[in-house]
Amino acid sequence: MRLEPRSDTPLSLLFLYPALAILLSFLITAFLVLLSGASPFSVFYLVARGAAGSSFALLETLTRATPLIFTGLAAAVAFRAKLWNIGGEAQLYMGAVATVALGTGLLPLPAPLLLPVLMAAAVFAGAAMLLGPTFLKIRFGVDEVVTTLLLNFIVILFVSLLLDGPLKDPMGLGWPQSPKVIPEARLPRIIQGKRLHFGFIIALAVAAFVWFVNVRTTTGYEMRAVGHNAAAARFLGIPVDRVMIKTALLSGGLAGLAGMSEVSGLKGNLTLDLSPGFGYAGIVVAMLALLHPMGVVAAAIFVAGIFVGADAMSRSAGVPSYIAQVMVATALLTMVTAVMFTRYRLRWG
Amino acid sequence: MSAEPEIVLRLRGITKRFGSLLANDAVSFDLRRGEIVGLLGENGAGKTTLMNILFGHYVADEGTIEAFGQPLPPGEPKAALAAGIGMVHQHFTLADNLSAADNIILGTESLWRLRSSRAEALARVRQLSASFGLTVDPQANVSALSVGERQRVEILKALYRHARVLILDEPTAVLTPQEAKGLFATLRSLVAQGLSVIFISHKLYEVMEVSRRILVLRSGRLVAERDASKTTQAELADLMVGRPVAEPKRKPQDPGPVIAELAGVSVMSEGKLLLDGIDIQLRSGEILGLAGVSGNGQNTLAGVLAGLYSPSAGKITLDGRPVARLSPRAAVRRGIARIPEDRHSQGLIADMSVTENVIAERYSEPPFSHNGLLDWNEAREFANAIIHDYEVRCPSPQALVRLLSGGNMQKLLLGRVLSGNPRLIIANQPTRGLDIGAVAYVHGRLLAARAAGAAILLISEDLDEIISLADRIAVAYRGRISEPLMRAAADIRTIGLMMSGHGFEMIRPEPGHAA
Repeated sequence: MRLEPRSDTPLSLLFLYPALAILLSFLITAFLVLLSGASPFSVFYLVARGAAGSSFALLETLTRATPLIFTGLAAAVAFRAKLWNIGGEAQLYMGAVATVALGTGLLPLPAPLLLPVLMAAAVFAGAAMLLGPTFLKIRFGVDEVVTTLLLNFIVILFVSLLLDGPLKDPMGLGWPQSPKVIPEARLPRIIQGKRLHFGFIIALAVAAFVWFVNVRTTTGYEMRAVGHNAAAARFLGIPVDRVMIKTALLSGGLAGLAGMSEVSGLKGNLTLDLSPGFGYAGIVVAMLALLHPMGVVAAAIFVAGIFVGADAMSRSAGVPSYIAQVMVATALLTMVTAVMFTRYRLRWG
Repeated sequence: MSAEPEIVLRLRGITKRFGSLLANDAVSFDLRRGEIVGLLGENGAGKTTLMNILFGHYVADEGTIEAFGQPLPPGEPKAALAAGIGMVHQHFTLADNLSAADNIILGTESLWRLRSSRAEALARVRQLSASFGLTVDPQANVSALSVGERQRVEILKALYRHARVLILDEPTAVLTPQEAKGLFATLRSLVAQGLSVIFISHKLYEVMEVSRRILVLRSGRLVAERDASKTTQAELADLMVGRPVAEPKRKPQDPGPVIAELAGVSVMSEGKLLLDGIDIQLRSGEILGLAGVSGNGQNTLAGVLAGLYSPSAGKITLDGRPVARLSPRAAVRRGIARIPEDRHSQGLIADMSVTENVIAERYSEPPFSHNGLLDWNEAREFANAIIHDYEVRCPSPQALVRLLSGGNMQKLLLGRVLSGNPRLIIANQPTRGLDIGAVAYVHGRLLAARAAGAAILLISEDLDEIISLADRIAVAYRGRISEPLMRAAADIRTIGLMMSGHGFEMIRPEPGHAA
């Protein structure tokens, strides 16, 4: 049994295989649900209803999707240039730190001025986090998978230090949390009284921007060329190192925005549980989306829906909400396999 | 009474498909004891596939193989080895850090043996090497051996395992003409002692010189079998291609002014002197051919002119003005057309489209982009123009380059670099791996550029190519480059001797002066 490259892929397969992949992932999770003693059909129904069955559920899903769009785009941008940024979590937290540092009264500006400044600061902070690993990669060949991954732990500890020191909320009764940002630093809600905030609109706009960069700009072209074949890119005169730096700035900046959006749009302050692994989930989102920026939006909503839906389901069906992790993980595995089969075919013997 | 010698290898109806590609189509032939059979065919004709089936690397879809009267089980290289079939691959499979003898013994002893009987093995290696004229020091490290010696180690490896049938895949690709002659002598002494040899090549004169019978493969089918004494190179070429091929005519032409000059250029990399104080002049309307066994500094020289390496010493002059630093982009802007040695991994980005590839050297400037925004309409028009003008066969400008054949890839690359009427062309192995038709096309384009006044540096390991195209011929040897010979003064013998270092002592009595 071995793989043979396809010389061309019929268009129908490009739709059939991903559909089969989703179906297969449902079958696998159905088996696990059966093991936990519940009916797969009612569990899937409850997940779907919890994710999109009401306007409240749908808004909650979109709220949860917002940071995933940012971190998903961050991973997609970097992976396209084969810069393996695993440090979305660290970049997200540094974006949040920048937001809190400047947004809790240090800059007494009106909202229309302050919000762009905070966004820029978050982008800058996130980008700075990826700059170091990228420089080490370019200059000394240090593996960025290791450096960016380890920075996640360093930054979490750094944030913990800040929350017990300079950023500690004096009114926080000793909890490790920062003060709330000032009202001018809050992103407005899209619908009064609901949690969905303008960060979602910004995320959509940023996805469109990334798509535009990919397709229409020389920078996007350079990133693709470097990602496909860095040796050829260098021969052809593409400044490979500079492209890597540009990619790092864009990717880190996007993840930093996730932190700003969560603080300004949703939580209002910085705590150690600001992100339940959005940085890592962004990698899954990017892979599910095949690194396409518009696909990232869809994949982020899909993944967020499963998490939100599984929370609701576990309350009524008694199946642990961890099943959401399994669903997302199997969806990723089957999807990656399906994509491989659009490019290769299996031969026996 | 003319009893033919026994048949040692019998192939019957070997068919192999890769997807929709029919790599071997019902190939049948016999190999007899004591003969050399030449297997001739273009790249992609199915020679290597057939030999891989014979050696058990691939399993044929149909057909049978018999070795010495016994059926050979498919897909088992071990069985092929045990049946006495030995293969010398085009790319050697030797461990550089071991001695020649250790390489030969490697894999022949059981892993469970505590002691290896080195002394006996060494004696056998010496005896084999003496009886077949395969001179090589068995105790030398492989890394210290020349390419020709390494090939002898490969042959000894097969003989040590009692090979009775030896398959050589493009064995002369890495040899100088003199080394090739030595190899042919070895092969003759092997068959005189009862072995049989399959000699795979796409070089007509070599196949004619060394083999008794010649088999021609084309698109997977065995299209002809000829006696070497009763055929001509022209007939074989037509059989290989399936249609008559006209090699473009070269017209005499007086060279123009010097376009590029390198004076005393050296390149140091990681403590190694890759180029050692070379001087060359490239003139308008002239092709300078650079011959040499690969790895003697040709790639470094091409890299210097392509803007990839900066010289550690010496001067580069373009159009009479000294050049301080040449980057790939600066080289393109100055009208240098760069045809790299490896079109798959350097010249083109296989996973990007035809359109994306044609703008790869000039995407950052008008008309292909303005202020960082790409103009895909311009790019597509340019791609269409190249597809049309250079006869690139591809489904559409959106098609990925990886789907193109080697010849069409090279046409695309030529289109990209030649369409701007370059002043200087650096062609590094421009026809390697191409079929005869595509080779003729590339030669035609280079000659046309010469007629239009371009200065051309043609780097090739194929001496025929150099002799048929170049106006002056130089030879690269260990990072140095000989004084060019005029075309009329250069013959294969002289160049071949220079390729193995003759005459280089006189050029520079004190080697390694650069620093």
